[in-house]
Order: sequence, then C-alpha cells, then structure tokens
Amino acid sequence: MKPQLRSLLGIRQLTTGQIEDLLALARRMDLKRPPQLLRGKRLVLLFYEASTRTRASFEFAATALGAIATLITATSSSIEKGESLIDTGWTVASVGADAIVMRHPNSGAASLLARYVDVPIVNAGDGMHQHPSQALLDALTITDHKKKLKGLRVVVVGDVYHSRVARSNAELLSRFGVDIVFCGPPDFVPEVAATLAPGVTVCHDLNVALQRADVVMALRVQKERLVNKHLSVEDYIANYQITPLRMRLARPDAILLHPGPVIRGMELTSEVADGPQSCIREQVRNGVRTRMAILATVLGAAK
Amino acid sequence: MKEMDSLLIHGGRLVDPANGLDQEMDLLLRSDRVAAVAAPGKLRGQGTRAFNAKGCIVAPGFIDLHVHLREPGQAHKETIATGTAAAAAGGFTSVCTMPNTVPVNDSAEITRWVQSPERGALVNVFPIAAATIGSLGEKLTNFAALKRAGAVAVSDDGKPILDDKLMREALRAAARLKIPVVQHAEDTRLTSGCSMNFGPTSFRLGLHGMTNEAEANIVERDIALAGVTKGHVHVAHLSTREALQAVRAAKKAHLRMTCEVTPHHFTLVDANVGEFDTHYKMNPPLRSPADREALIEGILDGTIDAIATDHAPHAFHEKEVEFERAAFGITGLETALPLAITVLHQHFELPLWRIVELLSSNPAKIFNLGGRGTLAKGAHADVTIFDPRKKWTFDASQSYSKSKNTPFDGWTFSGKIVATIVGAKVAYEG
Repeated sequence: MKPQLRSLLGIRQLTTGQIEDLLALARRMDLKRPPQLLRGKRLVLLFYEASTRTRASFEFAATALGAIATLITATSSSIEKGESLIDTGWTVASVGADAIVMRHPNSGAASLLARYVDVPIVNAGDGMHQHPSQALLDALTITDHKKKLKGLRVVVVGDVYHSRVARSNAELLSRFGVDIVFCGPPDFVPEVAATLAPGVTVCHDLNVALQRADVVMALRVQKERLVNKHLSVEDYIANYQITPLRMRLARPDAILLHPGPVIRGMELTSEVADGPQSCIREQVRNGVRTRMAILATVLGAAK
Repeated sequence: MKEMDSLLIHGGRLVDPANGLDQEMDLLLRSDRVAAVAAPGKLRGQGTRAFNAKGCIVAPGFIDLHVHLREPGQAHKETIATGTAAAAAGGFTSVCTMPNTVPVNDSAEITRWVQSPERGALVNVFPIAAATIGSLGEKLTNFAALKRAGAVAVSDDGKPILDDKLMREALRAAARLKIPVVQHAEDTRLTSGCSMNFGPTSFRLGLHGMTNEAEANIVERDIALAGVTKGHVHVAHLSTREALQAVRAAKKAHLRMTCEVTPHHFTLVDANVGEFDTHYKMNPPLRSPADREALIEGILDGTIDAIATDHAPHAFHEKEVEFERAAFGITGLETALPLAITVLHQHFELPLWRIVELLSSNPAKIFNLGGRGTLAKGAHADVTIFDPRKKWTFDASQSYSKSKNTPFDGWTFSGKIVATIVGAKVAYEG
C-alpha cells in the first residue's frame, strides 16, 4: 500500500508516486460538475501573508467539493495580539477545522505547525521555502502541452533566491528527469542554487539559457529587491526580461509560465504575457483542479 | 582542637597539564587549597574525608570561558543558581558569564551583584563585563573599575565591536590592565536577517545564510589591531576555516591571540538543521563539513586554545516558534566533556590530557585566573573527577539548567563527570 499523504508541506516530503497520484487526480477533476467529496468538511485558510490566486483557488476548490472554507488573516485575528503560531493552530483545530491551509512569511512555518497540530496541514507558501501546490499545478500545465516530462529543458528566470516557486518546481521536476536551468543575475541566482536537486544548473546569461528551452518560467521580480542588491532596473530588463525576441531563442513549441503576480514590463513584456506561447491563464485554471486534488487527498476523500 | 576539614582523593589518575603530570597520584585538599600531591598511598590516613577515584581521571577544575547565566533580568531562561548547578554537573568549577543581560553588565555594580553570595552559585562565577556602555558599540566602559569589581575580561558578546577606532581603544585600555577583549566575530552588516550558515542547506530551506566572510573579516581586522596595540584578543566561539587560518598566522607572528571553539561546532554541521529544527540554531551557526574538519585540525594542532560551551539557555516558547524567529543558542554545560571525549578523544584520538588542557589550564591562562587550572600545591582546591570510559545517555529533561534547548537530548556518550569539587567542597557527585 502506498503511504497515505496526510499533510502537504513541501515537495521533498512527497514520494514520486504521491506526486503522480495528485497530478492524475487533478486531471480527472470535473470543474463543471465537481464531485462532492468533502461534504461537511471544514477547512480553515490561515493566511499570514497577502495572496489573490492561491487563496481564491483553495477557497473555490474547497467549496466546489462541498466543504466549508473559513478565512483567517493575520490582521483580523488574535495573531495581531501576539498569539504564537502553534497556539493559533491549536485553536483553529480545536474549533473543528478538518484541515488547515496556511500561507506564512517564514520559511518552515508549515512544518512547525504540522509538528504540533493534529490536523492535515497544506502549505500554501512559506517564506522563501516551498509552494508545493504551485509546483504541482505547473507540472500539470506542462504535461498538458508536453508528452512527457523526462528530458525537457525548463528555464526558470528571475529572482530564484527569494522564490519558493522556484524551489518547489525544481524539486518536483528533478524527480522526473527534467533539466532545470536557473537564470538571473548572480545575486538572484547564486551558484549554491545548483545544489538544490539533481539536474539543476545555474546560468547567468539568458540568451544562452533559453537555447532549446521547452518551458520558460518567469518569476516575479520586485523592484525593492533589485534596489537592495544594488542592481539597476534597466540592467535587469536589458539582460533578463523575457521579450518576444528572446522567446524565439527557445524551441518553437516552447511554452511560457509565470506563477503570478505578473509585473508587466519588468520580468516580461505584455506581448509575451498575452502571446500565443503564454499559459499563464491556464495555470490559474489548473490551480483550482490541483488544489481540489490536494484537499481531497489530505482529507482522505480521494478515490 | 579538631583537625581542619580536608579531603583526600585517592586511587585516580591525576592529569595536570600545567605541571606536566599524567600518572596515578593522590591529592589532598585542605581548607580551600591543594595541600599535597603524592604517589599513591603516601597520603593514607590524611584527610577527614576520602574520595575513591579508582578508574577515574582527576583533573584541575574545568573553566568555561563562555556562558550565559541570564541574570540579571532573564531569570525565566536561567538563574545563576541553576546555571552553576548545570556547570557543576558538567564538571565546571568556574564559569565566565557574559554581560548581555538585562540590563547589560556594563557597571561595577552589576559586576559585583553577579558575584554576590546571595545569587547562590554552586561554582565560581567570573563576570565578563561589557566593553561598551550598554554594548551599544559607542563608548567604552570603565575597564579599570570593572576589573576592580571582579571582571576578568570585557566583551560585547552577541554583538561585535565593529568600529575600528573603538576596538583599537578597547585593546589599548585592556592591554594596560592585562585583560583580554573577547570578540564575538561577526560582521553584522553582512548577516542581518540570517538565521543559519550560508550553504546548500540554507538555500534548500529558503533561509538567509551567514557567510564565513562575516566572521573572518572581523577576526582579520582584530589581528591587525592586536598587532598595533599589543592587546590580547580572544576570539569567542570560532567557527570558520578562514578565521582559524587567520588566528594560526597571527600566532606564528607571535601576536597575543587566543581562541575558543564550542563542542557543537566540532560535532555538528549545518545540514543537521534538518527540517527547521531550532535546537540547531545558534550564533555563530553550525558550519559546513569543511569548516568542522578545519576546527578539529585546529584543536589537534593546538591553534585552538580552549573549549568553551557558549551555554545559551532559552525557554521553550522562545525556541518553539518559526525558525527565523527562534532565539539563537543552545545549552552546553552538561554535554561539553562527553562530547570532547566521544568526538575528539575516541574518534580523532586527541589524548585525554589535551582535553583537560583545553578545559582547564588553557582557559585559566587566557583569562589570567591565578591559582586555577592547576593542581600544584597551594592552588585553589577546584577539582574535576571523571570516568572517561563510562557510557551514558543524556536526558535533557533531567538537566540542571532551567532550559532544555539542546540538540543532544537522547545522545549516548562516553565520558561522565563523577564529582566536581569547588574549594574542596563537593558541588556535584554523579
């Protein structure tokens, strides 16, 4: 028997079989007539950080499957009064939550919660560490367009250092024999990034990195992080912005992904974001079915 | 008239590096001094009390150059009474306590308060006073007054003295008084927001990492200033191969540089942080395997002068939080000797007398603690008796420290403290 997945904390904790099962279940999810797998279940969305996509898609996923979702944010709760994460988790579980979906600014927060609180925890992003549901929905999007993952070249461009999306994606894709290239200025893509998983390499020249790329994944680049590292916005755009011209360096059938929020004019141009190779909106749609699969699985309702 | 109280320790192997002794000898303590050291049996009948140390090492009382006893102001973590009870259980007869208390120990008044008998210390407590007022790194404290009040060194531990001019002044003032300046070598301009060592583990966990450079920069700067001022810099809890190499070179150049290393730095590496285990979070952080290897080499070749614990107790609620928000530091007094024996002696074949040297005679020399770290006749009657072969398992819940923040809970060690004798009185018996 396969080990039952109780909490989704990060990609590392998943077996390859569990990843495959989650993706297969997500593919089967009928968004028009969703199965009422979670009728009567109560889900708490514990959000210590702002989020549009992730929060909304977990909420839709939960309600579509028949569960009740309650949102708790840091500014409208006892969190503001100095309650510890563990105490908040206990409280939420004691009130009767069947699972907690958490977004938190500190790396490792989801693991901490899972160690102390006796309900399934779904990590919806913890600091710079992990964003497993994003990596799963990205894998789903890639496999919608590519026959198989093995042998693909995925170029991740931007602020890899601060990116939980980059870490989760690289760890997941590496399991399936994908070559992952992290690309960006050295402050955003330190050499140590190559130690993350087998198949990960570092390249500071986007024009080289994009050659033969099957998937181009742009990451959000925050202006203040460029400023903190004493990098100029113009230099970043000149060297690392994804433009239609640069997209032509990749394979003709390459797809473009972006986890959002997109800062148009920074990491990519509108022509690329809205262009024929862009799968950004598909990613958002896949986000809902992926999160349905995750919730059904951790709550033991997956068939 | 009744004979003066005295204690005869017999049957043990006396290891006294300061006097070049490593052989079976008996030891007589009278009043609070060493009265006699003699061949086995020679002192028979002397001593109003006797201690059979058969199968044990009898060593000068261990001295920890680096502990945080947390008083005044943070008694929820540790008190001088509980911290020194842990020290006694770990074989330490003297501990040097850091000034980062609340308020900071930057005055003669607090320095005296720490040493007051009312604190209930079980072992000798030597305060290290702050080098700058409030440890704010702006204005030097009154070193002379602090020394008169009992301070044995000055330090802004937890923070470095970053300003070059201020460090130079501190070294000059300390040199005149013949006390060391203890430096927590960390260029905090490079480490803000960091919670562990920079490397593959910090990248994987998405944690900001401290680079080796942040430690080495300050050590190199201090070496230059030690050369100019003839002052004595003691590098606290040295953790990187670059800083070690700098100290090695400085010693070759005959500068007055000394350094200490902690048991956790010679035992563990950054990968031990695992999945955000805050019991592996301390500052300096656990480093790479290459750094750990360099530290062990530095111990073997004598570049490293002392083992100090950096005993840093914290309450549960300060550790059971998000990794980045957790307090830095672990307890260490009760696991120092067993780690030294298990790691350094058993695995890396460091002779036992060297371990005794790193824990007693060398620390005494570094902080000029006269009459300690030696078992010569007339020395203070501080003695540590341990069984180097005894296997035991450490249970943190049974620790004498008020706090239980240790990564070594449940570890099985070789080497156990049998008795700790302070001023001829038994402070701990295992």
